[in-house]
Amino acid sequence: MSTATTIRPGGHGGPGSPRAGRPTHTAPTFAQSTWLVATREILARLRSKSFLISTGILLAIAVGSVIVGGIVGANPSLPKVAVVGAASQAVEDTKAFESVPADDIAAAEALVRDGSVSAAVVPASNADSLLDVEVIALDSVPTNVVGALSVSPDVTLLDPASQGGFLIYLVAIGFGLVFFMSAITFGSTIAQSVVEEKQTRVVEILMSTISVRALLAGKVVGNSIMAFGQIVLIGVLVSAGLAVTGQNVLLVDIGPSIIWFAVFFAFGFVLLASLYAATASMVSRQEDVASVTSPVMMLVMIPYFLVIFFNDNETVLAIMSYVPFSAPVGMPMRVFLGSAEWWEPILSLAILLVTTALVIAFGSRIYRNSLLRMGTRVPLRKALRA
Amino acid sequence: MLEISNVNKHYGSRQVLTDVSFTVGNGRMTGFVGANGAGKTTTMRIVLGVLQPDSGTVRLDGETLTTGDRRRFGYMPEERGLYPKMKVAEQLVYLARLHGLSTQAAKANTDTLLERLGLGERAGDLVEALSLGNQQRAQIAAALVHDPEFLVLDEPFSGLDPMAVEVVVNVLKDYAASGVPVLFSSHQLDIVERLCDDLVIIAEGEIRANGPREQLREQYSEPRFEIQTAHDAGWIREVPGISVVDFDGGFAVFEAETDAASQTVLQQAIARGPVQSFSQQRPSLSTIFKEVVQ
Repeated sequence: MSTATTIRPGGHGGPGSPRAGRPTHTAPTFAQSTWLVATREILARLRSKSFLISTGILLAIAVGSVIVGGIVGANPSLPKVAVVGAASQAVEDTKAFESVPADDIAAAEALVRDGSVSAAVVPASNADSLLDVEVIALDSVPTNVVGALSVSPDVTLLDPASQGGFLIYLVAIGFGLVFFMSAITFGSTIAQSVVEEKQTRVVEILMSTISVRALLAGKVVGNSIMAFGQIVLIGVLVSAGLAVTGQNVLLVDIGPSIIWFAVFFAFGFVLLASLYAATASMVSRQEDVASVTSPVMMLVMIPYFLVIFFNDNETVLAIMSYVPFSAPVGMPMRVFLGSAEWWEPILSLAILLVTTALVIAFGSRIYRNSLLRMGTRVPLRKALRA
Repeated sequence: MLEISNVNKHYGSRQVLTDVSFTVGNGRMTGFVGANGAGKTTTMRIVLGVLQPDSGTVRLDGETLTTGDRRRFGYMPEERGLYPKMKVAEQLVYLARLHGLSTQAAKANTDTLLERLGLGERAGDLVEALSLGNQQRAQIAAALVHDPEFLVLDEPFSGLDPMAVEVVVNVLKDYAASGVPVLFSSHQLDIVERLCDDLVIIAEGEIRANGPREQLREQYSEPRFEIQTAHDAGWIREVPGISVVDFDGGFAVFEAETDAASQTVLQQAIARGPVQSFSQQRPSLSTIFKEVVQ
């Protein structure tokens, strides 16, 4: 980004003007101003210790949960079963048990009695038996052992669930929590940064230098980049963690919905960031930020709770996936569940984009009208009209 | 030259500015004086484009100001403000870059200005770590860092110690000397009196007086003279058309009904002996201010 310094022969006043010959500088374009503001926002974040620490904690939690999940999933302790003679082959074939060889039936029974194995599988004593083996257990029928050794009929599911219930719950919490955390963290960061400029009055210098729209855009872009960067970093670390700990199957399932989540998040966050900036501009003191931005906070929290409580409710999810504020959580969830047609995320994204554009228009109006009003909170009606 | 013509502005039902018109000439230091709430800050904000007037125009060299033109102004708002958690030099470079300077030019200007304003050693300090006086200097640097073509300074001297006032006065004079029009407001009338070429007095949103400083002093001077002679000046009372206001040995202050009467006093005084001084009393700025504002 280069900006030219030129000596205009006539200065502004034309030939002979006393100001002729003073260096003048070409005003930066809207994009350049926006980028300068965004860069400052990013640098300010990166230099803030509290930001670095909280990001570190968030990343540690994400990576930690993947690693713990990997350890727990990779080494399941198989139930032990005592085997005698030829029965060992039948148990090995199931691959569901750890077989403990016993010399004879009495020895196997002893192992069952002292609890070191959950059951014993021994060669069938009754010649009429359908199977070659029979099972000895202590006080109840060991259904897992019986089931593993039984012959089951083929089953056809007419409407198979594409994902397991618990996994759905985990993914719902994952999307909900990441969106919630990032939106709250960076939303309030934007709000504070807007009020900081108002409270320290530096805003008047900024307003006399660049357009208010460039200032707002720079703030939103800068913080969105940080929020998006954090999300991508979490996504990459989680994916890498899943791959390293051998949970590739899960990765293949979640992959497409993570990509949709990232796309929706990018625009959904811009929407929220504009709302945060606009509402925060109505107050002049940091103490008032929380109360004035609480309606926006609700908009962030509602999708989070909805997706946790209603992640198995098709109708609620369908509505959520089209409402702009909850679409970043709702639509990826439906993509994950396989209940969204291919065009649905695109339609929802279009709705989100239009809403975002409208909110930016209204937001910059509120922002512009409120920035120079110090003291008491600016009423919304005045902020919109003026 | 900056021309402000017939600017009106109201907030709610309150008329803040009524038909405000004045000019700021190239290379002229123009003092903008008025009581609190008279409309100085609103006028300056309108000049800077931070506020929109209800009606009226602001023109630079005959052309309506565009947003781009205003970016080349240097502005020091009444409400001081810089990012408290940013380093002084970094902040100035940032502001210069927002005005369109290249990074190199921004850094060079920052170094020169900080040195000049006596802040060279504090360049790497956070703004919040500076004393109030030094924050004020940093604020002035922020208004100047981008080679502005026009300066608008709201109360540039408040909070400065006398040494700092001198430094800032010299910096501003240099800017004016290079052809930059400078509009500044101040409550410190003695500084305004010493510094400004032109004067604009505003009260209740109306311009009450406006013009070159000496012309205004002339305009507002009363036919009051003072004389210092080597001999007793008691005889002046007897001169027709003269009333003595103050008298002490060879010194007298008198009012003359006509110019001729005052000249008669001077002629008679010379005839009686040496005259050390004879002059018409010129009102001080604060006298004019009080008179105009009432």
